[in-house]
Amino acid sequence: MRPTRDGYVQGLLKAGEIDHRIVVIDGDVSRSTGTVKFKERFPERFINLGIAEQNMAEYSAGLALAGFMPFYSTYAVFAVGRALDQIRTSICNMNLNVRIGGAHGGTSVGPDGATHQALEDIACTRVMPNMTVLVPADANQTAQAVLASLDVNGPVYIRYGRNPVPEIYSESKPVIPGKGHLLREGRHGSLIAVGAMVAKALEAAKILASEGIQVSVADMVSIKPLDSELMDYLLAQTGIFVTAEDHQIAGGLFGAVSEYCSQKKPAKITPVGVADRFGCSGTPEEVMKSCNLTALNIVEKLRKSLTWKP
Amino acid sequence: MNSPNALRRLILQMIHTAGSGHPGGSLSLVEILIHLYWKEMNVRPDNPNWEDRDRLVLSKGHGAPALYAVLAQKGYFPLERLNGLRKFGSGLEGHPHMQSLKGLDCSTGSLGQGLGISAGLALGLKMKKSPARVFCILGDGELQEGSIWESAMSAPFEKLDNLTVIVDRNRVQLDDSVRHVMPVEPLEEKWRAFGWTVAGCDGHNDRSINEAFRTSHDGPLVIIAETVKGKGISFMENSAIWHGRAPNAEELKRAYGELQ
Repeated sequence: MRPTRDGYVQGLLKAGEIDHRIVVIDGDVSRSTGTVKFKERFPERFINLGIAEQNMAEYSAGLALAGFMPFYSTYAVFAVGRALDQIRTSICNMNLNVRIGGAHGGTSVGPDGATHQALEDIACTRVMPNMTVLVPADANQTAQAVLASLDVNGPVYIRYGRNPVPEIYSESKPVIPGKGHLLREGRHGSLIAVGAMVAKALEAAKILASEGIQVSVADMVSIKPLDSELMDYLLAQTGIFVTAEDHQIAGGLFGAVSEYCSQKKPAKITPVGVADRFGCSGTPEEVMKSCNLTALNIVEKLRKSLTWKP
Repeated sequence: MNSPNALRRLILQMIHTAGSGHPGGSLSLVEILIHLYWKEMNVRPDNPNWEDRDRLVLSKGHGAPALYAVLAQKGYFPLERLNGLRKFGSGLEGHPHMQSLKGLDCSTGSLGQGLGISAGLALGLKMKKSPARVFCILGDGELQEGSIWESAMSAPFEKLDNLTVIVDRNRVQLDDSVRHVMPVEPLEEKWRAFGWTVAGCDGHNDRSINEAFRTSHDGPLVIIAETVKGKGISFMENSAIWHGRAPNAEELKRAYGELQ
């Protein structure tokens, strides 16, 4: 079990070695998110701009105009929410090579409560033209997401969390924007998940298997662009889907999957996600349970969908 | 051909043809832009993306007609293209879009963002050891945006001596006078308190402008330029009505009469 934020820093350190365009910008949370390690290794390529997210996004745009590839990171609620118009007008509209690191994504920051739990960041970034959105599931995949972003032309949002999550991927398994991973195959339905919910989907699949229900599990690490090939494959199997995300149901993974399927063929898509509410304080597990973000919630939703026919 | 009157005629003609746009805040910029493009900035219109060029970020993007007229006069693109202002496919977007037109160093339009972009750009150029300088034009009404002061706080700390900001202090914004909508004064004291070297000038007098740019500075320099919104056209001067209204044929004729 490791938090995905460790992977983000690990990826940054590797990226800093191999790519001299990399500059890291932080907003007074470098000791919390771990980017202080980048500062120690590459002090001349680290900038702490204080508690000023709009300015962080603007500096990043300026540094990108000068030919650098800035990674700016802070808590996802602020990295995205406080700087949304900067992301839109000064980063996406110019299609600049800015990478945004959204730390403490979802309910993973439990005790801090609703103000610090980013539950809208995927929706906000996904609607921005030119933006790539990556939501990795474990620390190794997060490091790979950072490295994958080096080859993307245009802005990238990478969302990661603070709470330790099970390790799913080997260190060397690459992330490819526009590609998901099929982690398990089954003929009765599919669980499509991102981030911390991938491990829970795998857990749900095991529970279902013990009841004789075989489901596929897809990790849609690249929410945008969505893996259309994988989506078509899953649609051809059954079209019975449960999406799972540590994010509002509106506009996130459920939104992306529904938008895709509605233009392709009939499907029964049931969301597991945060249902139009704020989080609260508690351990991440307690908050996730209160938001119905557990493996058992996934199991239950899938079971209820099984009778559906196209 | 860079006379202020000639540029003002072009600006008004463009906005008249477009049927919309911002004459007031474009006319207040004319002498500042002439100084920048003909006396201050090291640019190569025949090689607009030259790496070590000086950059201009027009943070008050609604002043685009003035910038487009200057870029055309400098030879970045033919003068005839100015008639395309705000028209589909012309590249002369209502607010500057850098991928659509040669000579633009930054897209702007949402107020309050150009200063932070300029600071990041200036920092990046310093890190690359480029001799290039960055110039950023802000409106005085634009200083109501909180993000301006986040950036203002950071630029002296980052020792950005290659950054010069010009505040177009025309004292009028869309709704009314700045002092009636939300006062931003005293500007000199505010910028000085944030750690900037502050200079002032008559923003319509080339000698005064030039002197302000010669102010010695260790960190970033801000020049507060006293200007007149709608400068040169009696019925547009100091008027909030002409912040964002196009002159009709009759008004254009009258304006031309004042620009001989």
